[in-house]
Amino acid sequence: MNLLKISGSPHVHSDESTKKIMWRVNLALVPMLLTGIAYFGLNALLISIVSVACCCLFQWLIEKFILKVPSTVCDGSAIVTGLLLAFNVPATADMIWLVAIGALVAIGVGKMTFGGLGKNPFNPALVGRVFLLISFPVQMTTWPSVGKWFPMTTDTVSGPTPLGILKEGGNIDLPTLTEMFLGHMGGSLGEVSAIAILIGAIYLLWRKVISWHIPVAFIGTAFVFSGILWLVDPTAFVDPVTTILTGGIMLGACFMATDMVTSPMAKSGQLIFGVGCGLLTIIIRNWGAYPEGVSFAILLMNAVTPLINRWCKPTRFAC
Amino acid sequence: MKTFKMGGVHPEENKISTNAAIEQMPLPKQVAVLMNQHLGAPATPIIAKGDKVKVGQLIAEAQAFMCANIHSPVSGTVNKIDVCKDIVGLPKTAIYIDVEGDEWMETIDRTPDIKRECTLEPKEIVAKLKEMGIVGLGGATFPAHIKYSVPEGKKAEYLIINAAECEPYLTSDHRAMMEHAEEICIGISLLRKALGVPNAYIGIESNKPEPIRVMTETAKKFEGIIVEPLVVKYPQGAEKQLINSITGRKVPSGKLPIDVGCVVSNIGTTFAVYEAIQKNKPLIENILTVTGKKLPSQHNYQCRIGITYNDIIRHALGELPATTGKVISGGTMMGKAISNLDAPTTKGASSVLVMDEAESRRRPESNCIRCGKCINACPMGLEPYLFSALVKNNRIEEAQAHNILDCIECGCCFFSCPANKPLTDEIRLGKNKVRAMMAAKK
Amino acid sequence: MILTAVLVLGLIGIIFAIVLYFVAQKFKVLEDPLIDEIAEVLPGANCGGCGKAGCRAMAEAFVKQGNMDGLHCPAGGEEVAKKVAALLGCTPEISDPMVAVVRCNGSCANAVSKNNYDGLADCAFANSVYAGESGCVFGCLGLGNCAKACQFGALSMDPETGLPKVDDDKCTACGACVKACPRGIIELRKKGVKNRRVYVACRNKEKGAAARKSCIAACIGCGKCEKTCPFGAIKVENNLAYIDFNLCRLCRKCVAECPTGAIHAVNFPPLPPKKETPATGTPAPAPAPAKAPEAAPAQAN
Repeated sequence: MNLLKISGSPHVHSDESTKKIMWRVNLALVPMLLTGIAYFGLNALLISIVSVACCCLFQWLIEKFILKVPSTVCDGSAIVTGLLLAFNVPATADMIWLVAIGALVAIGVGKMTFGGLGKNPFNPALVGRVFLLISFPVQMTTWPSVGKWFPMTTDTVSGPTPLGILKEGGNIDLPTLTEMFLGHMGGSLGEVSAIAILIGAIYLLWRKVISWHIPVAFIGTAFVFSGILWLVDPTAFVDPVTTILTGGIMLGACFMATDMVTSPMAKSGQLIFGVGCGLLTIIIRNWGAYPEGVSFAILLMNAVTPLINRWCKPTRFAC
Repeated sequence: MKTFKMGGVHPEENKISTNAAIEQMPLPKQVAVLMNQHLGAPATPIIAKGDKVKVGQLIAEAQAFMCANIHSPVSGTVNKIDVCKDIVGLPKTAIYIDVEGDEWMETIDRTPDIKRECTLEPKEIVAKLKEMGIVGLGGATFPAHIKYSVPEGKKAEYLIINAAECEPYLTSDHRAMMEHAEEICIGISLLRKALGVPNAYIGIESNKPEPIRVMTETAKKFEGIIVEPLVVKYPQGAEKQLINSITGRKVPSGKLPIDVGCVVSNIGTTFAVYEAIQKNKPLIENILTVTGKKLPSQHNYQCRIGITYNDIIRHALGELPATTGKVISGGTMMGKAISNLDAPTTKGASSVLVMDEAESRRRPESNCIRCGKCINACPMGLEPYLFSALVKNNRIEEAQAHNILDCIECGCCFFSCPANKPLTDEIRLGKNKVRAMMAAKK
Repeated sequence: MILTAVLVLGLIGIIFAIVLYFVAQKFKVLEDPLIDEIAEVLPGANCGGCGKAGCRAMAEAFVKQGNMDGLHCPAGGEEVAKKVAALLGCTPEISDPMVAVVRCNGSCANAVSKNNYDGLADCAFANSVYAGESGCVFGCLGLGNCAKACQFGALSMDPETGLPKVDDDKCTACGACVKACPRGIIELRKKGVKNRRVYVACRNKEKGAAARKSCIAACIGCGKCEKTCPFGAIKVENNLAYIDFNLCRLCRKCVAECPTGAIHAVNFPPLPPKKETPATGTPAPAPAPAKAPEAAPAQAN
C-alpha cells in the first residue's frame, strides 16, 4: 500500500489550469485568424505561422539556455502572444520577417526578462508591436489593399485604413458600417472583423476566461467620449460607431486589455482600467501623432495596474 | 432559493453514500476517549485505572469555562490514562477503556419511542446540555451550553439549523434527516425554547430534495420551524455564509453570530440535543460516513466515540484499497488528512473519506497569472493571491491589514487556482504568524 | 533657436539647483559619522542575530551606548568586535565562538516515513498540520526553513538524510535558523576546540518505547549517559538527555554508553582502543558551578 498523503485542506481541485486558460484563448483567436486569411490571403497565414513559431522558439531557447528552467512552451501562452502579435501588424509581405523581430522583443524583453508568464508587467504582444511600430514605421503603416475575397497573390499595393483616411482628412470614401462590422476594410491582420472578435470574446466570456468589465468599460468609454466629441463638432471628430469599429479598439478591448497578467484583479479595478484605456485611446487618436492609440493606451494602463490593484480592493464580506 | 452573495465554488458533489441507511457499528475491543474533543481546554478525568464504567457514565469533567463533559461510550474497565496520538499524530491525553459487554446507565431511556413533551425551563435545558457534554457537531465542536447561553445585553432573533452539508461526499446529515426527522424537529423546538426565538430556519442545499421533502412535512407538525432550500454552492454551510443566505445579515469581522442576533446549530447537534434532553443520553455516539469513489461499498455508521479509524475501516472495508492515496476525516474541502489511522474518533468526526492515489495528488505549482479567480471565489471578499505573496515575504503586518484573519479557510481559493498554488496553506501559515505576532505584542 | 534652447534649459537647471540646495538644507539630518563607520565594519548581512533590526540599527545602538556592553554581533565574531571596539574606543566584548547544531538524527533511514507530505513546503505550516512523516512530533520536518533563513549559505538540506547540514566554517552563529525552526531543533552550541562537540542529536520527549517507534536513533531517556558523565554535564529531563556544553569536557564516555547512538561526537579522531581514556585536557573537576541546562543560550521552546 502507498504511504498516506498528508496535506492541508482542500483535498480536491477544480480542473482549471493555466494551460487550459491559454488554450481557450487560442481557440477564441481562431475566428480572427480565419477572417485575416480571408481578407489578406497567404500573407496573413505566413505572418501568423512565423510569429507563433518564433515566439515558441525564443521562449524555448531562453528557458533552456539562459534561465535553465523546464520549458513552459506547452502552456500555450507563447502561442497567444504570437497570434496577438501577428494580429497587430499589417498583412504585407515585409512583415513576414519583421514579425520575427517583434516576436523576439515580445518574448525576450516583454515576457522572459521579468521571469516569464505571470510576472510581466506589460502585455508582451503589445511590447513587440510597439517596438515594431517605432522601429519600422513605414512597414508598419503600409496596409495591404482589400478588394476581393481570398486574395492569393502577395501584392503589396498599399491601401488606406479608415483611421488613416480620417487622420489625413482624406477624400477617399470610408467603408460602410456593414463592411466595418464584417471587417472588409484596411487595417492590421486580426483587428478588422468586429464580428470575428465578438465571437471569440463571447466564447471567452462563456468559459469565464475574461469578465465583461474591461471590454465593456473600454468600448463604452471610447463610444461615449468620442460621441461627446462628435456632438460638439461633427466635422472635426469621427462618429462614435465608426470609432469603435475601426482600428484596434475591439481587438484590444476583448483580447489585449483583458490579458489576466497585466490587468487589475478586482472588478472595480477592471472598470477603472477599461475606462482609462478608452479615454487614452480617443485622446491619442484625436490629438496624438499616431492615427491609432489602442496599443499605447493599454500599455500605459498596464503600467498603472499595480497601483489600481493596490487601491481597488474587492468588497470585504465582514467590514 | 436563497444563497450568499459573494464568491463560492461548486466542487463535484460526490454524494455517493446517500442511499446507505445508517448501520450500527459493532463495539470494538478497546476505545480511547480523548480529553480534548471540543474547542477549548481539555476535560479532567475523574476516574482511575481499573475502575469499572458503564455506557454514558461521566468519566471526565469540564473544569474550565470553555470545556465540555465527556462520558464513557462503552462499558468495561479503564485500562489506562495515557498519551494517545490523534489523527494527525499529535500526542493528547486519553482514557483507554477495555470493552466488556454493553451495560448502559439506568438513567438513559433506550426505548425506541419518541418523547415529545418537555417541561424543562430554558435555563434547565442549557444546564442539561452542559451535563450531557453536547458540543456542536458541524466541525468546530463548540460547547453547546456556551452557545445557548445568550450573553447579557444580546438577543437571539434567529435560530439557524445548518443542514446545508455543502462538503462533497458527506452524507451523515442527509441520512440523519431521512431517518430521524421527528427527533430532529423536537431537538430544534427545544433549542428554540432555550433561546426564546420565534422561528428556527433549517437551511438545506437543494441537491437534497428528499430530506427537504421529509423535513418540510415533519416541520408542519411543529410550531416555528421553517425549511429553507438553498442554492448548491460551497461554502453554503459555513456559519457566516449561512447567516447571510438565510437572513441577509453579515457577521462583522471578529464578531460572533450572536452579535447579529443569530445562533447557528448543526443538524447533527439537534439530534444529539433531542437524545440528551428527552432520553438522558450523553454525547457518546455520532454518525460517520464511510465513503470514497473507489470503494466497493458506501456506508453510514452510528459509531461509539473513541473507536479507532482502523477499527471502522476494518469493519466497513476489510482493508484499505491498495490504491489509497489519502484518508480524510471530514469532507474534501475542509477535512483533515489522517496520518495516524490508530487514532480514535472524536465527537466532531463526521466521515472517513478514502481518496484514490490519483485523485489525491496535488498538481505542480506554477506562476500566479493574476487571473483573479481566487478573488472571485473567496466568500469573504479577500485577496488570497496577495496573502500568498505577503506571507512568502514575511510581510505579516500588511497581511493583517488586509484582513487575513477574516479567512474562514474554506479552501475556495486553492480549489479554483489555475496555477495550483497552495493558497489556503499559505493563508493558514500567515494567520498563524499574525496570531503569533499579536501574542508577542501583548 | 539653439541659443534660446540652451538658455531656457540652463535657466531651468539653475532654478532646480537652488531649490534642491534649500530643500537639502532644510531637511538635513545631523548624524554621528561614527555610525557610518561602524556600519561599514559590520558584516552587513542584516541577519538579525544581534537582536536589532539590521546592521545599521546595531551601529546606531553601539554609538548610542558608547561601549559594547551587552551588544554582540554573532555574525562578525571576534574580528568585527575588535574593529568596533577600536572605533568606539572601548574594550571588545568577546564571547566563545558558537555554531549551529542540528539536534535531530531522524534521517530517512533512522526515522522511516509513515506518511507522505504533499502540502506547502514550509516547516512552520507542516508543523501545524501533522506530526511529521515519521510520526515524531519533535523531529526535523525536512522542509528547510532553516536553510532558507540562513544568510550565509551555511545550512543546506542533505538530500540523503533529509536533514539540514551545517557548514561549520560558514556558520556565524547568528541564530536565524534557531528562530526559523518551528520545533526548536537547532541550538547554538560552543564551537569547541578544533570544532569538536558532543551533543544529544534528539529532542524527543516521549517515553522510550514511543520515541523508538518513530525513530531508531531517538534518545529514550534511559539515563545511562547521565550516570556515566564524570562532570555532571548531562541532565535527563522529560525522557530526554541534554548535555550542557559549558560543563562538557569532551571525554566521549557518554557516546559509547548511549544505546541508540543519539549522542553525537563530531570532528574527533577515532577513539583509541583502550577503554579508560582520560578526558581531553586536564581531568580536573568541573570548575564552574553547575548550571541548569535551561540556561543554555538560544534554547528554543
